[in-house]
Amino acid sequence: MNVNWRLAWRNLWRHRRRTWLTVAAMVFCNTLLIFMISLQLGTYDMMINNSLAMVTGHVQVQQKDYLENQRMRDSVPAVEALAASVASELGLDTVAARGQAFALASSEDRSFGVLLAGVQPDREPGVSSLPGLVSEGRYLAADDRDAIVIGAVLAKNLKVGLGDELTFLGSGRDGSFAAGLATVVGIVHTGMDEIDRGIAHVPLAWFQETFSMGDHGHTVVVRMPDLALVEGAMQRVAALLPEGQNLVALDWDALQPGLRQAIRSDLASGWVMYAVFIVLVAFSVLNTQLMSVLERTREFGVMLALGMGPGRLAKLVTIETFLLSLLGLLLGLLFGGLVVLWLSHAGFSYPGMEEMAAEFNMDSRFYPEVSFVALMWGPSTVFLFTMLAAIYPSLRLYKLEPVQAMRAV
Amino acid sequence: MAGSLNVTARLAWRNLWRNHRRTLIMLLAIGTGVWAMVFMSALMRGMTDQVLLNGLHNLPGEAQIHHPQYRADPSVVNSMPMPAGTLYEALGEAPISAWSARVRVPAVIASERESRGVTLLGVDPVTEAGVGALPDEIVEGRFLNGPEDRGLVIGASLARRLDTDLGKRVVIMSQDPENNVADRGTRIVGIYRARLEGTEDQLVYAGRNVLQEMLAVGDQVSEVAVTAGDYRRVSAWLPALQQAAGDDLEVLSWMQLQPFLDSMLGVQDGFTLIFMVVIFVALSFGLVNTLVMAVFERTREIGLQQALGVRPTLIMLQFLLESLFLLVLGLGAGNLLAWLTIKPLESGIDISMVAEGMEMMGMGTTLYPALQTSDMWMSTAIVVILGLVASLLPAWRASRLDPVRALNKT
Repeated sequence: MNVNWRLAWRNLWRHRRRTWLTVAAMVFCNTLLIFMISLQLGTYDMMINNSLAMVTGHVQVQQKDYLENQRMRDSVPAVEALAASVASELGLDTVAARGQAFALASSEDRSFGVLLAGVQPDREPGVSSLPGLVSEGRYLAADDRDAIVIGAVLAKNLKVGLGDELTFLGSGRDGSFAAGLATVVGIVHTGMDEIDRGIAHVPLAWFQETFSMGDHGHTVVVRMPDLALVEGAMQRVAALLPEGQNLVALDWDALQPGLRQAIRSDLASGWVMYAVFIVLVAFSVLNTQLMSVLERTREFGVMLALGMGPGRLAKLVTIETFLLSLLGLLLGLLFGGLVVLWLSHAGFSYPGMEEMAAEFNMDSRFYPEVSFVALMWGPSTVFLFTMLAAIYPSLRLYKLEPVQAMRAV
Repeated sequence: MAGSLNVTARLAWRNLWRNHRRTLIMLLAIGTGVWAMVFMSALMRGMTDQVLLNGLHNLPGEAQIHHPQYRADPSVVNSMPMPAGTLYEALGEAPISAWSARVRVPAVIASERESRGVTLLGVDPVTEAGVGALPDEIVEGRFLNGPEDRGLVIGASLARRLDTDLGKRVVIMSQDPENNVADRGTRIVGIYRARLEGTEDQLVYAGRNVLQEMLAVGDQVSEVAVTAGDYRRVSAWLPALQQAAGDDLEVLSWMQLQPFLDSMLGVQDGFTLIFMVVIFVALSFGLVNTLVMAVFERTREIGLQQALGVRPTLIMLQFLLESLFLLVLGLGAGNLLAWLTIKPLESGIDISMVAEGMEMMGMGTTLYPALQTSDMWMSTAIVVILGLVASLLPAWRASRLDPVRALNKT
C-alpha cells in the first residue's frame, strides 16, 4: 500500500464518529435508491406484461388507419391465412387473427352496446390470458358457431347466464344492417370491472358471416415469449406483409403509447426525488471534507513547509473522499441488496395500495426487480457526486500559505 | 433566568456563525431539503387534484341521488322521479349551490358506416352548467339549447371514429323499460373536446325531455347530481340531504361513489409524510455531524463555562438553540425558494410530451402544482421537531462533559 493511501485511511479514522455519520448518510441514501429504483423497474415489467397479456399482445398487424379510428372497413383481407404465415415465419404458435365490431347486445331483459371480438377459438388462448380466466362454463371451442363468451359484469348487466341467448344488432363492413343470435357458453371473471364489462368473444367465422366481413378481420395478434424479442420479430413480420394493402406491423409501444409514457413520466418524477437525495448526501460529504481540511490547516501548513506540494495534499484529500465514498458504496450495496433481495421474495405492499393497484391493472403486492442496473445505478451516482463534492475542499489547499497556515488555530 | 436565557440565545447565535462556511453549507442543505419537501408535495398535490377533478368531472357533483338499484344495474328500469316535495326543498338549502337531474343510459350510436357503444346523457344545459358538467369546449357547432333540443352533441374523437361530422344524421339506440329497442334518428348539432380522449369517446349529450320521450319514461330521471362547490366539505350537508331523500332513494357522496379517488387522497397524504420524513433523515446525518463537530471543537470552552458555574441544562440549551436557529433559517430559505419556484408554475406545466401516459393515470396534459399551506406547516413541523430530537444527543453529551478533563484537552 502506497503511503498516500495509508495516510488517507488513517486520517479518515481520526474522527470516527464523523466518518461513520457521513458513511451512514451515504448508506442510507444508497439503500433507499436501490430499494426505490428496483421497485420502480419491477413495477414496470409487471405493468407492461399484465397490460399486454390481456388483450393487446406484443405485436399486431393492422390496416394502416385502424389504430386511430377503429373503423370497420379498415380491415385486413385473408386474415386467417396471414396469421398462419406470420406464425410459420416466426416459428411461434402464439399468433391469432381477430375481428372487432360494436353492436347492441340484447338479452330478454336488457340491452347494452358491446365491443364484439371475433376470435379463432383454438388460437386465442395462445395470445391472451382471458380464455384462461373463464369462471363459469367453458371457452369457445373450434367447432362452435353461434357461441359467445362474455365478461362477468356484462353478464350481470345483461342479466344472462350460461345457455341464455343474446341478439346482436349492428352494421356490417359494407354498412349493411347486421343481426345475429348467439348462446352464452362461458363467463370470464378477471376481477377488474373495466375489463369484465367489455369482454364479448365470438368465433371468427360466425363474426365474419354476421358482419359481412368475407375473409377479412381487423388484426393479427402476436404474443412474444419475451419483450426483448419484439424488435426482431417486427422486422420479420413487416417484411412478410403483402404489398399494396396498406398493412402495418405495430409493436406494443405503438398499440398502447400510454404505457411507455406512463413509465417515462414516473421515471422522471422519480428522478427529481433521487436527485434531491443525492444532492443532500453530496452536501453532507462536502461539509465533512471541508471541516476536515479546515481543522488541519496547521498540519497542512507544516507539510507544505516541509516541501510537500499542494498537489499532493489535494491528492491526499481526494483519496480520503474516495475511501469514504467507497465505504458508503460497498455498505450501501450490501444493505440495499439485502433489503431488495428479501423484498423480492416477500413482496411489498403499501396501505391503500390495493384499490390503486386494481385501478391500474396491477398486482397489489410489488416485487422489486433485482438487477445489476437497479443495484448499481443509485450508488454509483451517489459515488460520483460525493467525489465531485470533494473538489472544493481540495481546491482550498492550493490557496494555503505555509506560514499563515502554521499560525492558524 | 430570563437574563441567562437571553445570553444563551445570543451565545448560540454567535456560535452558529463562528464557522460560517460550515453553517452556510448546512443552510444550503436544509434549504434544499425543505424546498424539495414543499415543491414535490405541491407537484404531487397537483397531480392528485387533476386525477380527482377529472374523476369528479365524469361524475358530476360531489354527491348523487339514485334509485337504490341503479348503481348495481344502470338501466332505465331503475330510474327515479324528478326531485319534488321535501327533497326539492332540501336541494335549495345552502350550502348546496346547484343540482341537475339527468337521464343516463347505455346506448349504441350508429353513423352511416360505423357504430359504437356510448353513454347517452339526457341533460338540461342550464342546470348542467350549474354543477359544472358541461363539456370543456365546443369546437364545432353549439351545445344543446335546452332540454327540448332535438339535436345531439358528441365528442371530437367519437366523430372521427364514427366517420361522421357536424350536421350529419346518426341513429341512437337504447332500451326502454319494456326492453324494447328504442331508437331515433337525430342530427349532430355540436362537437366537443374534453380533457381526456376516453370521455370524448364515451359521453354523448342529448336533450333530457327528448330522451325521456324516446325511452317512454315520463319525467323519470337516472340520477341527480348535487354540488356545493368544495369536494372536501361534503359531510357538512350530505346527512340533511339523505334525510330529505328518504329510504326510497340512495344519496351517496363522491367518496362512496368513487372509493378509488378517496383512497388515493389517503395514500397521497401518507406518501407526502413518508417522503418528507425520508428527506429529513437524509438531512439529519449532516445536521448531527455539524453539531458533533461543534461540540468537539469547543470542548475546552465548554469545560471553562462549566468551571465558571454555567449549569449543564443551559449548555444543552445553547446547543439546541444553535440547532434551532440553523433549522429555522433553513426552513425560511427553503419555503421562500419553494414559493418562488411554484408561483410562476401555478398557471400550469406543459406535460403533453407524456400526455397519453398521464391520461392512463387520469390526468390532463397540463400539470398545475398546488401549494397547500398545510404541506408547508407539515414540513416545518417535521424539520423542527425531528431536527431538535436529532440534536438532543450531541447537546446532551456537551452538557455532560467533565469540566476538568475538558479544560485539559488540547
